[in-house]
Amino acid sequence: MDLSWMAWTLPTAIFFGVIATLLITFTVLAIKFPETPRVGILRIETTRGDRLFITLLGSAFLNLAWLGIVGANQPYALILCLIYAAAVFRWV
Amino acid sequence: MDKTVNQKAWFLVLPVLLLVAFSAVIPLMTVVNYSVQDTFGNNQFFWAGLEWFEEMLASERMWDALQRQAIFSAIILAIEVPLGILVALNMPKRGIWVSVCLVLMSLPLLIPWNVVGTIWQIFGRVDIGLLGHTLAALGIDYNYTQNAGDAWVTLIVMDVWHWTSLVALLAYAGLQSIPDAYYQAAKIDQASRWAVFRYIELPKMTGVLMIAILLRFMDSFMIYTEPFVVTGGGPGNATTFLSIDLVKMALGQFDLGPAAAFSIMYFLVILLISWVFYTVMVNLDKREGK
Repeated sequence: MDLSWMAWTLPTAIFFGVIATLLITFTVLAIKFPETPRVGILRIETTRGDRLFITLLGSAFLNLAWLGIVGANQPYALILCLIYAAAVFRWV
Repeated sequence: MDKTVNQKAWFLVLPVLLLVAFSAVIPLMTVVNYSVQDTFGNNQFFWAGLEWFEEMLASERMWDALQRQAIFSAIILAIEVPLGILVALNMPKRGIWVSVCLVLMSLPLLIPWNVVGTIWQIFGRVDIGLLGHTLAALGIDYNYTQNAGDAWVTLIVMDVWHWTSLVALLAYAGLQSIPDAYYQAAKIDQASRWAVFRYIELPKMTGVLMIAILLRFMDSFMIYTEPFVVTGGGPGNATTFLSIDLVKMALGQFDLGPAAAFSIMYFLVILLISWVFYTVMVNLDKREGK
């Protein structure tokens, strides 16, 4: 199968690989260890999957904001995202 | 009673998953790939890193388009939602006129976007259009091809004409589902018309109204065909909304990298706002269910 039209690069392949792995991991977790949704600081019911979605979407905006405001040392934005992710999984 | 859990039903959504993969996921992945590269055509790509994102974030052109887009969506929501509710409240509740109203209201919804654009493009022309000609005869200086304000008014009126029925039909469906007993109780309590609306009709319509707002928001935020046909984004850039600008960049200038970075940001904004709407909607349903 020729995928050259999709113009793959190693970084984007890793990027999608990480997201796919996360989705599979969370699906397996949801099947193996079913959970009841809980209400956090956003006052909405969330499951692990919801929190993953909030984390990923928020991280996208964090990265863009870092790029727009700081503009350099993008990897540091990832550290910020990890802190954000921990906060989301703890309190949301 | 214990329910048996059978997760095999998930396989039934497999065809949809495949379809979505081909129509949305794979193209989206390609856009992400394009956004970090530069190309001069011929399917040759060169690594550019986050350059395009930086360029787009600093681009006044994108922020202006985003601002115009947000203002446009806000205006049409502010008009269409109250107007739709008003229309729904005044529609007959039973009898032959119900069908007549429903058919008449559905008509604009059935017309394809480019036809709606063409109708209004001709309707507003000063030389041959009914609207433009009448306004000119009344001494009003109206020209949507030269005056930015006129172009905006034309597009907003066109969108209101095209889509208010959707809000009205959804609100009407919400109204029809209210049992008569509520109105009888209100009558016994001698509730005013406003009180009936505020405490019976509006709460019962909240669910469908949220759907209406979500649909109208998404659709207006992605609007392309109608303004493209009527004004082509002009005069100047006055009505160049996000998708018009995006197409100009991607197909007109063949700047695939910047256009891809632009579309990803556009997508993220829509995703965020749709998620907020969806969450609010689901939580409203749960609260009502309790």
